[in-house]
Amino acid sequence: MRIKDDIVVAGPVQTAWSVIADPARVLSYMSGVTRWEVAGDLPAGLGARYRMLFRIGAAEVGGLIEVVEFSEPFEFAWTSITGLDQRGRWRLREVPGGRTRIEFRLAYVVAGAGLSGWLAERIAAPTVSGHVRQTLKQLGRIIEHEQLRERAARRRAGARGG
Amino acid sequence: MAQADTTKSSSRNGHESPATVDDPGAWAARPPSLIDRAWRELAGIVQRRLPRADLDERDPDFIREQLPLFWLFSSVWFRGEVRGLGNIPDDGPVLLVGNHSGGNMIPDTMVFSVAFSTYFGVERAFYQLAHNLVLSIPGLSWLRKFGTVAASPTNARNALSSGAALLVYPGGDYEVHRPSWQSGRVDFGGRDGFIHLALEQDVPIVPVVAIGGQETALFLTRGERLARLLALDRVLRLKVLPISLSLPWIVNIGDLGHIPLPAKITIETLPAIDLRAEFGPDPDVGEIYDHLIRLMQDTLDALAAERRFPVLG
Repeated sequence: MRIKDDIVVAGPVQTAWSVIADPARVLSYMSGVTRWEVAGDLPAGLGARYRMLFRIGAAEVGGLIEVVEFSEPFEFAWTSITGLDQRGRWRLREVPGGRTRIEFRLAYVVAGAGLSGWLAERIAAPTVSGHVRQTLKQLGRIIEHEQLRERAARRRAGARGG
Repeated sequence: MAQADTTKSSSRNGHESPATVDDPGAWAARPPSLIDRAWRELAGIVQRRLPRADLDERDPDFIREQLPLFWLFSSVWFRGEVRGLGNIPDDGPVLLVGNHSGGNMIPDTMVFSVAFSTYFGVERAFYQLAHNLVLSIPGLSWLRKFGTVAASPTNARNALSSGAALLVYPGGDYEVHRPSWQSGRVDFGGRDGFIHLALEQDVPIVPVVAIGGQETALFLTRGERLARLLALDRVLRLKVLPISLSLPWIVNIGDLGHIPLPAKITIETLPAIDLRAEFGPDPDVGEIYDHLIRLMQDTLDALAAERRFPVLG
């Protein structure tokens, strides 16, 4: 099952990237995620591993994931090592007007479980889809709020300098 | 599911011999009647059907393949909600002690096991103690692949010393068949063998409190007198012969299975208790027992207060 959604936010791509690439901030915007912990010596970047959990129905599913694509500031992708078979991708693109289009993709598969796996994938899809949409909204709010703070800081600095 | 009682001896394969559990002297003292002989024969059949306890039978790949099915039951049918799994230590042996509900269909065990396996991954060894009778029922051999082993001190010790998480229900068959109107009561029936086990193995205890299971049928009585009358306690280690109203039987005697009503199951996992750190180097078992019961009862009361309607939750 592959679920994707996108949003255009009023902020530069670099600001969006700084939020997405920081593992300490994931819980603040990623809806449904209950755990996102660094697993290993590398906290961020290509090859970084995280233990993540995502609440779907009666269980928190997930497991160990590894970042397999880290092209600053445009592509961030991970794949699962243990637990639910999944891939996730953030795709960031600049849009005229200093804005950024953010696409979030989540693909998961319940392997080897036959009909129950097929059914579980489809029953979980609306929940996952809702979380993806909510994640983008929350991420957008964070990025736009950061933009406002940066502008306010610049104004204050300008007023002091003038 | 059943209790872990470390005070009793065990046979070579880690399973209790039903006929020796209580008082073998009393059993042998009177001349065997026809009914006695029939029961003994049945006890022998159950004992012969019990597989050798082998922790290696737990199969993570099998569990992984079956998880979606149980996730469906857990999420859609029981609308399961498991809280506080982060209170369980991330690794190392741990004794998970639960109150037990829902009759022999054990919906709370299923909901918790699914949540545990997805949270920690199927790679983490996780065993559950079950009543001998459960493991001897034809068609339930797959439970062993899930890590279910017969309730015996030997099996419990082996599981913990291998570094696994072990789930026990001290109340066992006594608690799981309590009347539905006692759903909000933690009742271990004074069984404290699990505390001896935790102290002996020096492992933390994590209380697991569940509600909703007793609403999956209308449990009327444990049928303790009936069980004694039929000598089930001596032959099959069954203290009860429960009577309930359930589907599809309407009147269900013995509860060899039923279709559970889709009651909402909520489970709260409490912080781990290091017994010696909390109760001293030579702790009093009775004090620990009382503390645990109080703690779990308070949590169960809080979970009960959240529920507005039976079954709906």
